[in-house]
Amino acid sequence: MSRRLRLVIFGLGSSGMAALLAWGLAGLPSFGDFDGRYGQLLAHLTVPERHATSAVSVSTFDFRGLDTLGEEFILFTAAVGVLVLLRAQRAGETVAAEPMRQRQPTAESLTLRSIASALAAPVLVLGAYVVTHGHLTPGGGFQGGVILMTAFLLVYLAGTHLHMRGVRPLSAMEAAEGAGAAGFALIGVGGVVLAGAFLENFIGFGTVGNLISGGFIPLLNLSVGLEVMGALLVIVGELLDQRFLVRKGDW
Amino acid sequence: MTAVQAVALVVVALGGTAVVLARDPARQALVAGIFGFSLAILFLAFQAPDVALSQIAVGAVALPAMIIYALRKVQRRDEVERERR
Repeated sequence: MSRRLRLVIFGLGSSGMAALLAWGLAGLPSFGDFDGRYGQLLAHLTVPERHATSAVSVSTFDFRGLDTLGEEFILFTAAVGVLVLLRAQRAGETVAAEPMRQRQPTAESLTLRSIASALAAPVLVLGAYVVTHGHLTPGGGFQGGVILMTAFLLVYLAGTHLHMRGVRPLSAMEAAEGAGAAGFALIGVGGVVLAGAFLENFIGFGTVGNLISGGFIPLLNLSVGLEVMGALLVIVGELLDQRFLVRKGDW
Repeated sequence: MTAVQAVALVVVALGGTAVVLARDPARQALVAGIFGFSLAILFLAFQAPDVALSQIAVGAVALPAMIIYALRKVQRRDEVERERR
């Protein structure tokens, strides 16, 4: 196919696409003119019905909890898939094949290491805050879990490879991932046993605005936070371990 | 539309173009991280703080980190193969 013909075909396709896009955008409501009845309904139901102030958390963990269970298991299966692939690749290879370099700091730059070590503790606290306050303010298990993961990454950047091995025992992270995923499902089953339906709330709602309020939403946030942190750390840990692997035949 | 929203939209448009124009993959990962952060500010300006938090976590941290780890792994394999020859 000549360059000219390809350009003609691209021109036809892209102008058609542009026309459809302009047509579609012209039919949208004007800027700031919101007419989502479902959203309005949920926003007005969260405080009286669930005693939680974050409408987004109440929607994702309570009214639409089953969707979130599915989302959580997408991440879980993705992490397990990465583990299986990387470990299958590793079969028959020697682990930690760089003994000369192993004691070296992760990063050469002193500035980077200072900033990373200064940030690690505040980031850890921020992550715990975002996870535990998910039902009160924006945030929750997913966001907080990723922030917790970055706290451990900062420890890795600040220290040496061996130090990170001490802080990040891979098996503990696998356990956190599994416990988080299982916790969400088990809380759902608890709803079947104690309240008659899957993911039906079975805990007292408490006082609006308190840290312990909103029924089981904080518990679900905690389990999602554990699961996300564990899954991402397991993936990152496996990818980092790959750095120290050399095939046996290469020695 | 407020001035902050307009500026955020323009910055996001420029950032997305910059990600496409960056050709070196390692540099592209960094530009993508900055672009992810500007998207988070856009979401915040449009009153979606939950989405903004997720965007910071995923777009500005997790995605560039994964790209850089994957690049590192590919480069490492290239080094090993070069040493063999």
